[in-house]
Formats: sequence, C-alpha cells, structure tokens
Amino acid sequence: MTPTSQHDPSGGGQATAPVVSLREVVAVLGRFPALAGASLDVAAGEILLLQGPNGAGKTTLLRVCAGLIPVARGEARVLGHDLRTDRAAVRRFVGLLGHHNGLYGDLSVRDNVGFWGRTAGASDTEIAAAMSQLGLDGRLSTVPVSRLSAGQRRRTALACLLARRSQLWLLDEPHAGLDADGRDLLDGVIRQAVRSGATVIVASHELERAEALATRTVTVAGGVVLAGGSGMVA
Amino acid sequence: MWRTARLVASKDLLIEWRSRQVTNQVLPFAGLTLVLFAFALDRDDITARVAPGLFWLATTFSLIVLVQRTFAVETSDGALDTLRVAGVDPAGIYLGKSLALAVQLLVLEVLLVIGVVVFYASNIRPAGIVLVVTAGLLATCGLAFVGTLYGGLAAGAKGRETLLPLLLLPVVAPVLIGATRAFEAAFGTRGGNGIRAGVEIADGWPWVGMLAVFAAVFGTAGVLAFGPLLEEA
Amino acid sequence: MSITVPNVEGEQLHARRAWMRQWRGVTSTAFSRVLGIVTLVGLAWLVIFGLVLSPEDEIQDSSVRILYIHVPTAWVAYLAFGVTALCSAMYLFRPAHSLTWDRIAGASSEIGVMFMGLTLVTGALWGRLTWGVFWAWDARLTTTAFLFVTYIGYLAVRRLGGSHQARARRSAVLGLLAVLEIPLVHFSVRLWRSLHQEASVANPNGDVKLDGLMLFSLMVGLVSFTLLYAWLVLHRQRVMYLEDRYEDADLDLALAQRRAENEENSRG
Repeated sequence: MTPTSQHDPSGGGQATAPVVSLREVVAVLGRFPALAGASLDVAAGEILLLQGPNGAGKTTLLRVCAGLIPVARGEARVLGHDLRTDRAAVRRFVGLLGHHNGLYGDLSVRDNVGFWGRTAGASDTEIAAAMSQLGLDGRLSTVPVSRLSAGQRRRTALACLLARRSQLWLLDEPHAGLDADGRDLLDGVIRQAVRSGATVIVASHELERAEALATRTVTVAGGVVLAGGSGMVA
Repeated sequence: MWRTARLVASKDLLIEWRSRQVTNQVLPFAGLTLVLFAFALDRDDITARVAPGLFWLATTFSLIVLVQRTFAVETSDGALDTLRVAGVDPAGIYLGKSLALAVQLLVLEVLLVIGVVVFYASNIRPAGIVLVVTAGLLATCGLAFVGTLYGGLAAGAKGRETLLPLLLLPVVAPVLIGATRAFEAAFGTRGGNGIRAGVEIADGWPWVGMLAVFAAVFGTAGVLAFGPLLEEA
Repeated sequence: MSITVPNVEGEQLHARRAWMRQWRGVTSTAFSRVLGIVTLVGLAWLVIFGLVLSPEDEIQDSSVRILYIHVPTAWVAYLAFGVTALCSAMYLFRPAHSLTWDRIAGASSEIGVMFMGLTLVTGALWGRLTWGVFWAWDARLTTTAFLFVTYIGYLAVRRLGGSHQARARRSAVLGLLAVLEIPLVHFSVRLWRSLHQEASVANPNGDVKLDGLMLFSLMVGLVSFTLLYAWLVLHRQRVMYLEDRYEDADLDLALAQRRAENEENSRG
C-alpha cells in the first residue's frame, strides 16, 4: 500500500534527507519538561525502536513528531516541515497510534476503518485491503468496536492507520494487548509498510520482539535521547 | 471541506443511529422539562400562552446535553486527538458536526412540538405553519452552529464541562428571543404582560430575519474559528 | 535568582538601558507616574464636585450623585470591552502574534468585568432610589448584564491553562466572538422590548437634565475614570508579563533540574 503523494517539500533530489530531524528539542507538558533537549535523526525507510523507562519521554517524542505538542525550544523538522512554525501541515502525512485507539465504540470495524480511511482520501479497495491485512474482514467487520476484545480493537486502530497510507508511522506500544498471532500480524504489516515507502518509529517495552523488528534502536531516558540518536549515514 | 463535512456528519448520525442515546435519553429529558414547567407554573390559563417560550427553553437546555454528547463521543477513546493528528480539515469537522447536531435538534423539536400541543393545549394556526417551519429551521441552524463552536472549545480536558453552559447560554439568548416571538406570532398567542390582545403572523417575520443573520454570522465565525479552538496547545 | 546591575560606564550605558527595559518595564517610567498622579487628582476633583459642589437635581435631589459614578463606570466597562476586542484582533491577525496584545486584552477584561459589576450595582441602586425598582428589562441594562456574564466566561477560559500561545489564541477567538454576540443580543432585546410599549417609567439612564456644573462634574468623572482604567490596565498587564516570565523561568529551572537528575542517574 503506497503512501499518499511521495512528499518531498525540501526540494527534491536529496535522497538522504532525514524524515525526522530533532535538535535539542524541549517540549513541555504543563510545567514539566517532558523532553529536555532531545536530538534524533531518522532516515527514510527505517524502523526505529525507542526504548526506555516509563516517563522517559518516548510518548512525548512521538507526539512532537506528529505535530501535536509544540516545540518550546530547539529545532525540529519532520518530512521537510519545520515544526516550530508549521505544526499543522505535517499532520496529514503522519499517522500516530497512541495509548488510546481513537475509535468510535458504537460503530463497526468497517465503519471505523471506512471513516478514517475516507477522510484521508482512501478508496474502498484500499480500505478493504487494510482490513484484510489485519485479519478484520469476514465476521468481525460488522461488529461494533466496543464489543471487541482489546487486541481486536488495537488491530482495528492499526487498520485505520494502514488505510490512511501515512508516510511516517508513529506507534506507541503497538504490541500491547495483542496476542501472539496479532503481534506477528503487526510485524508483517509494519514490514510491508516500510517496503512501500513508509518510515516507522516504534516505542515499545517488548524489547525482544521489537528489537528483532527494528533496524535501529535508541534509548530515551530523562527526556533526552541517549547515544544512538544521531549519526545517520549521510 | 464539504466532503469532510459529509463524512463527519454521516459518522455522527450513524453513531446516534446505532446507540440511540438521543432518542432514549435526551428526548425523554426534554419531554420531562415540559412537564416540570407545567408543575412549576401551575396556571392552566397561562401555559398555552407561554408555550412557545417553554418549548424553546426546553430545546435550549437539551442543546447543552446534545453538545456535550457530540463531543463526549470524540473524547471517549481519544478520537479527537486522532482527528487532530489526521490533519482532517477543521472547518469540515465543524460543518459536519453542526449538521449532525442540527438534525438531532430537529428531531427533538418535532417531538417537543407534539408535546407542547398535547400538554399545553396550544393550537397552531394553519396559516402559521410556514412561519413555524422557517423560524424553526433557522433557529436550529443557529443553535447547532453556536453549540458546536463552543462545544469544541469546552471539549475534552478536565474542568471544561461546566464551562459549556456558562459560555453557551448568553450567546443563544438572541435565538431564544427571536424564535419564541416568531412562534408566538405563528401560534397566535402572546406571553408576558403585552398590551395587545392578539398577534398577527406578519409580526413574526422580522424575527425570522434576525434568526437568519444570527445563523449566518455564527456559521461563518465557526468555520473560521473552529480550527484554532481545536488545538490543544 | 539574583539580579546584578551592570556598572554604568561609558559604553556600558547601553547595556544598562537594555537591562532597565527588561527589568523595569513601562510601569516604572515617568509616564506611568504622571498618569497615576493625574488620575488621583481627577478622582479627588470628582469627589469634591460630585459630593459637594454640584447642585441637587430638582426631582431626584441627592441620589442623582450616583450618576457621577454610574455613567463613567458604564463608559469604562464598554471601553474595556472594545479594547479587549481590538487587542484580540491585533493578536490574531498580526503575523508576529505578540503576547503583549494578549496581555493587554486580558488585563482590560479583568478591569472591565470589575467596572461592569460596578455599573450594574450602581445602576440598580439608583433605580431603586429614584424609580423604586432595582432592575428593568431595557436593552442597555440587559446587554450590560450579558456582557458581564460573557466576560466571566472569557476570564474562565483564560484560566484553562496550556501554553501562553494557546491561552492567547483561545481568548482572542472568544473575545472576537463576543463582539459578534453583543450587538445581536442588544438588537434582539431592543426589538423585544419595543413590543411592550411600556411607559418610560423605568428608564434608568434617561430623563435627567444635565447642564452647567452637573455636566461638568460628569465630564470630570468620565475623564478621571478613563485615566484610572488606563493606569490599572498598564499595571495589570505588566504583572501578567512578569507572571509569564516567571513561568518561563520556571521552565529553565525545571529543565536544569531534570538534566541534573539524568546526570545522577547515569552516574549512579
């Protein structure tokens, strides 16, 4: 499933321009500096794993990249957009899967995936393909989401993300709540997305499985990215 | 923008259709307020005359509940967040939710009119039907526009739910005044201590003009302002 | 956080001036002091004229003196509303989105709410004394009451939290929406009351003949209250500026703290 519009506002030609580029980024939640000077580079096509203890700032880092949280200090560019000035523009090309699933409980799986897909301009075939890739076609597709198990809801949220065909995937604990089959499914979907041109950043506690999946691992702690953050191949 | 609006509106109405919360909970609530008004007023000769006012009061209070409901749907599983990240056109979200809200309000109003006729023994003059429908539609649009706008402001985060009535009620006052006067003209009744005995239908149309202005002004304002208001930080 | 004063020598005069601008702001300028003094003089003048020198009205005798307060407070209340709306627009539509506009709007709204409350109270008292009613449903009074409630809502929204820019954006939008709302309220109430054809018994602001000394006292009142308003807004927005700076400094402190913790953790 190819991402929408191979997007390259930095002027084309730079095949090695990082998808995400953060320099000493400070981001606040209320009074608390959730990110206290994080620097990170992510190249196109990478599957980056963010690991670290709770409260380290992994979720905040993902939300900053999604353009949800403003950058208080430092520089941040995602997909060529400067997050300090143009946060809203980057959102169309980014897909975030957070702790909540962002689903409408009263609607069926097909209604949810359909809504989220269509608002991003996906066609009916793409929506159907997203659902089948996550094993949601057939009997499950007409069940209201509130009646599904946690794992099935997670898969539905992933199907919504898949249907949107984002260029940058930001996944916060995506394996949580999935059974073994679901996790295999998820890994397959991620790999498939990267093959189609997306870049993926995953924050996870599932170290073994995630490390096998990822092409690179960095550690986030105390609101900063420890060694392993920058230094991508130029 | 219109495409997004259509998607959002159908999504909202579909949710309502599946969950039936409005029909099962808000409608009875509105009907109950009509009954409680009758208890409080306790003057059979008056109720027919104040019926239009009570109708619009009941509608206004139900509006608050409906607005809270339409945004509770979004915030319960973080869908509002997802809407923000998804980069969905905020103006489209606004129009879509307003449309869905207006439809729900209209259903409510139709049933309330029946309630008013039944409980308060009002009679609608056949010649006044056009006025009633026009005024009702315009007032509903105004209420939906304003409700969605301020609802978006008050959505989500803690401590904001009680903000909604405080913000919303002053703003809907013109609609309350205008719609009630228009309905009085259509019903042929007169509330309060007016000197004139009856009301001509023609008296209602200036109010309809005001309702139209209100709806246009706040509809436009909402399309422009909803995006900035939706931003969390 | 200690404040060190650069010593004043030759080319460091420039540095000192920059420091003064940063730390002492507009409220410690001569302009502000003069404004304050003139305001006090004006208010004292008003007291003398209003309570002592100006004559009693034929019909209402001493109770007309409330007018010398009531009219100026009403004027200031609406002025404050206008300033808030204007500054909200300036904040939103200027590309720089300077927070100064937001702070002036906020300060003006706080002062405005206070004066609006005063207007309603003095109006009610005067109405009671002269016409025997505390309240009348005319367009002006009702609109003022609505503006009062709208401003309370505005102030509540200002306190919702989040970043300074978020607060500014939300409040500015709300301020401009209020500009749309108030004329509609006024118009609909006026149209509504015109249906009732009441005798203008309870018309609190009309029917008082003002001339000569009474008119002059009223003018004094208007001017000195306006000056009072300006002085209050000036100082309030300065306090808000300092509060914002304090929060930003808080961030530096919190950042330093967090980084220190990280150091300890990596060592320990």
